[in-house]
Amino acid sequence: MSLYYLQKVLYDLNRSEEAQANFRKDGDDFLTSYTLTDEEIGAILKPDIGLLYVLGVNGQILMHYAAFHQIEWDDYLKSMREGIEEHGQVRDGVYTMTGSGKNFTASTEAKSNKSEVNQ
Amino acid sequence: MSLVYAGVCSHAPGITGRAERADPVVRDEFYRNLEIMRQDIIDSGAEALVVVAAEHFANFFMNNMPAFCIGMGEEYEGPIEDPEWLKIEKTKIPGASDLSKRIITEVMQTVDTAFAEEWKFDHGIIVPLHFLTPNYDLPIIPVNINCQGPPLTPLHRAWDFGEALRRACDSVPEKIAIVGTGGISHWPATPDSGKIDEAWDLDFLERFKNNDKEAMLSYTDAETYDDAGQGGFEIRTFIAIAAAARGAKANVHFYAPIPIFAVGCTCAKFEL
Repeated sequence: MSLYYLQKVLYDLNRSEEAQANFRKDGDDFLTSYTLTDEEIGAILKPDIGLLYVLGVNGQILMHYAAFHQIEWDDYLKSMREGIEEHGQVRDGVYTMTGSGKNFTASTEAKSNKSEVNQ
Repeated sequence: MSLVYAGVCSHAPGITGRAERADPVVRDEFYRNLEIMRQDIIDSGAEALVVVAAEHFANFFMNNMPAFCIGMGEEYEGPIEDPEWLKIEKTKIPGASDLSKRIITEVMQTVDTAFAEEWKFDHGIIVPLHFLTPNYDLPIIPVNINCQGPPLTPLHRAWDFGEALRRACDSVPEKIAIVGTGGISHWPATPDSGKIDEAWDLDFLERFKNNDKEAMLSYTDAETYDDAGQGGFEIRTFIAIAAAARGAKANVHFYAPIPIFAVGCTCAKFEL
């Protein structure tokens, strides 16, 4: 329906343990109080991090939602890149991808591992 | 009494949550500088710490987004994030409700700030506190500037807010420390996480350490978004602290890009 309500669901989930418990108990029922499209409901329930990102969910909200689902950091970043590949560029908001899918931490982590070895 | 300490530091969740993945040499030097900030705040005799943050939809959403908000609670809680993910346990943080009320009252003489007796800290506040007051035994006054949900607080209003905070701090008998937390150029929580424009950061920090108001306020949001990412919007917190420092120069005692932390990590103190 709108990016506003899609983000509102995740905002509510991110900050309330009670909301998280209700969502875990019955996700479909939890979402009935929000005005959402079937695509949005499916992306939330799956969770489809890549599609949520493309739909324009702010990364600061999405990052916390991914953590709620115990999604590891690298998998979170990978899911967003895959979402772009499958659905195209972010459709709304200010968290668009600008780096053409480049991994900005891989090379520095290799350096980090090297420095640990050299110590 | 007066403002007895003013500084800034970074707050990215990776600073604690992905600590083991950073270059240990750079990471530990960053942590050492955060420890210097902690000791400086203790040495200042501060009785309360005002944290000017750029929160990330932990308390404020587009249903009622304030340009500014100041906490007025007796206590706060945090982090809202999964503790295992952030590697910071959930805890209660003492507030300073009476002091907050007096500060808010004075700030309101010139700036329309919202206030809140409830506040759940996200990484924007709890990560700095994890280093600056790790026992959570210093009363905290949380402050937010809207750096996330456009339309954003204009830079010149962030400056005016910083001036109002200084006037308010100087109007109370308590000794107050103030710390701004935010990133400079960064693209956090996107596939570009880890992208940092060091040259942009150093240019901003040059303006910042010289407390060059005109230069700091000359950025447009469009320019910042293009050149420094959506994370660059958080320069508002640095600008507010520069204004609170009332012309003093800053000593940027640490800066280094740490990509796995997704930001150029910074520690700075104003010579009040």
